[in-house]
Amino acid sequence: MTHELSNPSRGRSGWLSGREWQLRAACWWTVFRIALEERLAYRGDFALGTLMRFLPIITQIFLWYAVFDAIDAGAGKRLAGYSFQDMVAYYLLSMLGRAFSSMPGLASSIARQIRDGEIKKFIIQPVDMVGFLLLGRIAHKIAYYTVAALPFALVFFLCRGYFTDGWPPAPQFLAFVLSLILAFLLGYLMDLCIGLIGFWFLEVSSLLFVYMLLNFFLSGHMFPLDLLPEPWHSLVAWLPLKYLAYFPAAVFLGKIPADALAWEMGLECLWVVVLLVCARVLYARGLHRYSGYGG
Amino acid sequence: MPIIELRQLTKSYRVYQKQEGLAAAIRGLWRREYREVLAVKGIDLTVEPGEFVAFLGPNGAGKTTTLKLLSGVITPSAGSARVMGYVPWERANEYRRRFALVMGQKNQLWWDLPSQESFRLHQQIYRIEAQQFQHCLDELTDLLKVRGLLGRPVRELSLGERMKMELIAALLHSPEVLFLDEPTIGLDVVAQHNIQQFLRFYQAERQITILLTSHYMKDVAALCRRVVVITDGSIKYDGSLSGIVDSFSGAKILRLQLAEGQSPDGLERIAQVQQMELPKVTLRVPRADVLKLLEHILQHYQIEDVGVEDPPLEEVIANLFEHHQAVADSTASQAS
Repeated sequence: MTHELSNPSRGRSGWLSGREWQLRAACWWTVFRIALEERLAYRGDFALGTLMRFLPIITQIFLWYAVFDAIDAGAGKRLAGYSFQDMVAYYLLSMLGRAFSSMPGLASSIARQIRDGEIKKFIIQPVDMVGFLLLGRIAHKIAYYTVAALPFALVFFLCRGYFTDGWPPAPQFLAFVLSLILAFLLGYLMDLCIGLIGFWFLEVSSLLFVYMLLNFFLSGHMFPLDLLPEPWHSLVAWLPLKYLAYFPAAVFLGKIPADALAWEMGLECLWVVVLLVCARVLYARGLHRYSGYGG
Repeated sequence: MPIIELRQLTKSYRVYQKQEGLAAAIRGLWRREYREVLAVKGIDLTVEPGEFVAFLGPNGAGKTTTLKLLSGVITPSAGSARVMGYVPWERANEYRRRFALVMGQKNQLWWDLPSQESFRLHQQIYRIEAQQFQHCLDELTDLLKVRGLLGRPVRELSLGERMKMELIAALLHSPEVLFLDEPTIGLDVVAQHNIQQFLRFYQAERQITILLTSHYMKDVAALCRRVVVITDGSIKYDGSLSGIVDSFSGAKILRLQLAEGQSPDGLERIAQVQQMELPKVTLRVPRADVLKLLEHILQHYQIEDVGVEDPPLEEVIANLFEHHQAVADSTASQAS
């Protein structure tokens, strides 16, 4: 009660005032801007790293070519509904999904900050870590897309022949864009949660390795999840991992039936909420533990 | 009305008791033994606004733990604390906007960016008005003479320059209470002196309350009128720096310069000879016997010059630490 009273940023109704929102927005903008600048500090390494990610495309195309060649797909044979062209298109789109959902270095950097005490910054200063890191990640992603947009466009242009159905209709495309944004949020929240486990284990690299491995197969990064046999297929359908790579690509290619699309998107939003609550609880309990035992 | 009030503040940690050897390490995988370590044992302390207080104590005495408790980084096991009316470990944003903690060994600035970017971020985080921000920044950069370095990435600054930037970052929001944990650690003499001068000036001008821990007696002597000696988690002394010598050293140093040809024979029988470089002799004598001994010496020896001094502060404090350590060790060995 006293806490509520001593908090002038909230009005009587408990809502934040306009002035408060203004101050917060100014703070968010500064965090975002500075994170962006930091990202560009090492532009050489950054640009090279971004471009190198495009190399596996060629090997993947050859790999699927060999697979379809071996099963004699020349006569229009399909793998779980995917032709060779579909497969390459799927791979390119899932790569785009990964460009939104992957969070290189996030979990390990949180664990490191907990280990070496840098996390204190968020305890001492009036700033929320979950929001701060999110803004930092948005900045990282935007820096990445700025550099990667051109090569991505080039690759998609060169591979346009593989998209046999052309552009999807507008509502489907809108759902695709939305699913990319949600993929970003889910990827951020999952990595955040794993990093926060560092409050209990200090070292999360093995945990992170297991997560990455599962992620690689169960997010659809390796192959379309439709290829999975039962019961794996049903199991994966209920996991949030599929939204990181498979789902956006499947939406674009029209693999999700129109009547299931709304339900799937709803489930994805639910996962965002669940993981956000998870992250909040982990952070609060982690801080409690940290302040009780460590410091 | 005190600005900082600690009552019976206690903090214990549970630490994993590691046994030596591989077998023990394997056993430790499923059965771990923990040991309670009392880092701070029921500290009472009251600080008035505008005081500059130094915490002195050996490593592991509980100085940093106390500062961490006061800045809300850790929660106490027992006892209470209030700083400006706030309970630190509730971490109210209003409290966090009114104090600052600087740790000499920790970096708060963005490593790859110029310091001014970190300062801009602090402006937003602490919600400093643009005009006031510029005014504070100008004042601090001029005082610390770092104007030319504002645009340089932090990673390219020297340790002393970085420490100055850390101080600016901590002071931009004009905190009323400042906690400094070893602010001059690892700095050369000139940089130490600069930081000391700055702190003294700034504190006198703004009348803010500062709690400082340091290993360097020079820091303490230059800055703080009030010294709190902490050893083994509790306060052993609270008062002026010079008072430490009066309370904890029963000895005086007697410096004699013997006349030419005068032999020092016999001096070692009446007092402890600390140093002998003829014709100079330094004696260590019990405080109560100074006059009597001096009279005796003047009668029996030909003396050209004589001086009576307090033992050096470092020595007194080192002895104080060692004494308490010895007491703690002996009680610990009795307990086990």
